[in-house]
Amino acid sequence: MTKLIKNGVIIEDQWQVLREIPEMGLPAGELIVPAEYWLEHRAELLSRGNVGVWLAGDQSPAMIVEDLDKLAVVAVDFPLFTDGRGFSYGRTLREHFDYKGEVRAIGQFIRDQLYYLNRCGFDAFALETSDPEQAIASLYDFSDAYSASIDQPLPWFRRS
Amino acid sequence: MYKYSSQDQLLVDQRARQFRGQAERFAAGELTPQQFLPLRLQNGLYYQRLAYMLRIAIPYGTMSSQQLRKLADISRRYDKGFGHFSTRQNLQLNWPVLEEVPEILEQLASVQMHAIQTSGNCIRNTTADHFSGVAADEVEDARPYCEIIRQWSTFHPEFAFLPRKFKIAVCGSDSDRAAMHVHDIGLEIVRGTNGETGFKVLVGGGLGRTPVIGELINEFLPKQHLLTYLEAILRVYNQLGRRDNKYKARVKILVRAMGPIAFRERVEAEWVYLKDGPNTLTPEAIAHAQSFFHPPPYIELDELAENAALEQHGTQHPAFIRWLKHNIASHKKPGYSIVTLSLKATGYAPGDATAEQMEAVADLSDRYGFGEVRSSHQQNLILPDVRKSDLFAVWEAAKAIGFATPNIGHLTDIICCPGGDYCSLANAKSIPVAEAIQRRFDDLDYIYDLGELDLNISGCMNACGHHHVGHIGILGVDKKGAEFYQISLGGNQGKDASLGEILGPSFSQADVPDVIEKLLNTYVELRQDQDETFLATFRRVGLEPFKERVYDKAH
Repeated sequence: MTKLIKNGVIIEDQWQVLREIPEMGLPAGELIVPAEYWLEHRAELLSRGNVGVWLAGDQSPAMIVEDLDKLAVVAVDFPLFTDGRGFSYGRTLREHFDYKGEVRAIGQFIRDQLYYLNRCGFDAFALETSDPEQAIASLYDFSDAYSASIDQPLPWFRRS
Repeated sequence: MYKYSSQDQLLVDQRARQFRGQAERFAAGELTPQQFLPLRLQNGLYYQRLAYMLRIAIPYGTMSSQQLRKLADISRRYDKGFGHFSTRQNLQLNWPVLEEVPEILEQLASVQMHAIQTSGNCIRNTTADHFSGVAADEVEDARPYCEIIRQWSTFHPEFAFLPRKFKIAVCGSDSDRAAMHVHDIGLEIVRGTNGETGFKVLVGGGLGRTPVIGELINEFLPKQHLLTYLEAILRVYNQLGRRDNKYKARVKILVRAMGPIAFRERVEAEWVYLKDGPNTLTPEAIAHAQSFFHPPPYIELDELAENAALEQHGTQHPAFIRWLKHNIASHKKPGYSIVTLSLKATGYAPGDATAEQMEAVADLSDRYGFGEVRSSHQQNLILPDVRKSDLFAVWEAAKAIGFATPNIGHLTDIICCPGGDYCSLANAKSIPVAEAIQRRFDDLDYIYDLGELDLNISGCMNACGHHHVGHIGILGVDKKGAEFYQISLGGNQGKDASLGEILGPSFSQADVPDVIEKLLNTYVELRQDQDETFLATFRRVGLEPFKERVYDKAH
C-alpha cells in the first residue's frame, strides 16, 4: 500500500485510485473511480461497499453534487501543479455542498502547495515525495492567515 | 500610512523563511526549475536577459521615508545602486543575485515591505490613484480599501494558481488616475443615492496583446460586499478561464467569450453563496483600515499668505513658475500642494532612480511633509503634502537631484518600460527611443504649446509601457530579427478610456523622432485652437490626416 498524508500524519492508504477502469473489471478493495464511471455505475459501485470518486481538472464538483452523501472520498486531480482549478473545487465541496468526507489531492501538485490546499478543504494528499516528514511541515508554513477559508472560517479582520 | 500589526509582521517573516527554504531546495536540486518558477515569481523574482530581476511591492503606491531609504540601501548593497519605479507601483531591481534574495526579503520585512505576489498567476499588487487621500477632486480615499484588498489577496489559498495574472486598481477620484479601465478589475468609488459610498465594478480590461476596455458589471456595489464580490469574480475566473493558451488566459478573454451579461450572471450565482458571509466587511473593519489613513497633522494655513510667499520667489525665477504650473497639483487642504517629482529627465531611463536620489526624496518628504512618498503608474514620485511656502525650497532641492524637469503630463513625461536593455520578453529597446524623443523635443515652450500629451512606449506587446492608452503609443516589434516600432494614436487612460489605432507600417528606431515630429506638426496645423488637445483633435479628425502626412514621401 502507498503512503498518504491524512490530517497531518502519514498513514497507509486503504484506497486505490483507478485512473482507468481495467478491461477485466474492477479489482478488489476500496476504489476511487472516475466521476463519469460513477455516474453510470452507481448501484453496482454502492453494492461493493465504500466508494470514492475522482474529478478531473475540468470536472466541477457540481457534476456529483446529488451523490455526495454516498461518497466516502472525493479526490481532485491536478493535471499540472500550476492548474489551480482544484483549489476552487475543494472550497466548493466544503462550503457550498457541505461535504464532510475526505477530500483528497491527487496528481501533479507539489509540497509547496499543501498549505493552500489544506486551507481549501483538502485533508488528504497523495503526494509523491521522498521526504514525507518535511512535506508535512509545509502544512504549517504560516501560523495564521488573512483570508477566510475552510480551516479558518473567519477572516483576520473579524478576529483582530 | 498602514502600520503592520505583529500579525502582519509574522506573516511576511514566515514568507521570507518559506522562500529561503524553497531557494535552498532549488539549489540542492530538490525542486525542478519548472517547480521553482511559479514559487519564485510569487516572490517577485524573474529571470531576465542577463540576471534576475526582483520586483518589490509598493502597495497602492504609498511608502514611508524609512521604507524608501531601505529601498535605496538595498539597491546599493545588493544591486548596482539604482532601481526602476514601474508602471505597477513596484520597484524593480535589475541585478540581484539569487543567493542573496532571501536576505533581501528579510531586509524588506524589517521595514514592513515585501515582494509577495508582484509576479506570477495570482492577484498582484493592488494599485491606486497616487494622489489618494490628498487630491482635491476626491470622493473617498482609496487606500483603506486597497489595504483591505491587500490583506484579502495576500496568500489567498484559492487564487495562487490562476489561469493568468490578475490586477486590481482602485480609484476614488473624479479623474481616473489609476487606469481603472485597463485592469482585470477596476473599482471606482462612487456615491450612492443616499450619499453613501460604494464601488462601480469594471471587469475584463487589460492591455497586452489583446487590449480591452473593462466592462461595467456592477453600477453600485455597497462597500461591505467588496471582498465577497471580488471572491465570486475570482472563483468564476479560476474555474472557467482558459488554461490551454497563455495568451488567451486573462479574464478579459473569458468576459469577451461569455459576454459581460452572462459573466455577470455567473458571478452573481456564485455570489449567492458568499454574500453576507464571513468576508462581509464590518463597519469596524472599514473604520480600522481607515484609521491608518487619517489626515496627517496639517497646520491651518492662510492660503493667501502661502500664495504670497510663492509669488515673491516666482518673480525672480521664471523656471520655478514653469515647474509650479506643470508639476504641482491641487491639494485638499488649503495652503498645501501635491508635488510630482519628474523621473523623466532627458538622458535617464524613465522611472529610474539612484540610491542617492531615493535618499534625497526620503529626506525631502521628512522635511517638507509627513514622511510619506508616493509612486505613480506614470513612473514618477510624489511628495503629497508640501506647504506652498516650502515649494521654492523643494524645487531647488528637486533640481539638485535632477527630479525637477517641468514636464508632467507633457510629451517628454514618457511612460516607458525597461525594454530590450533589460527585459527578456522585449522585442525591441524602449529606453533609447524615449531618449531620442526627449532630445528631439527639448524646447519647453514647444512642449507646453502642445498641451496635455501622453506618449507611452512598450518594448513588446505585453504592454508594460501602456502604449495602447498613450495619446501616442509606440510599440517595439521584431521584423526578421530587426527592431522596429509601430505607432498608434488616440489611446487614452482616463474615464473616457480608449485604445490607440495603429497608424500603419512600422518604422526603424532612427526614424521614430521624425515620425513623431510629423504627427505633432499635423496636430498643430489641424487643431481648432490652442485649447484643443492632441486627443480631442485626433477624435475629431481621425487617423487619416496623420497617416497621409507620415507616409507621404513628399513631406
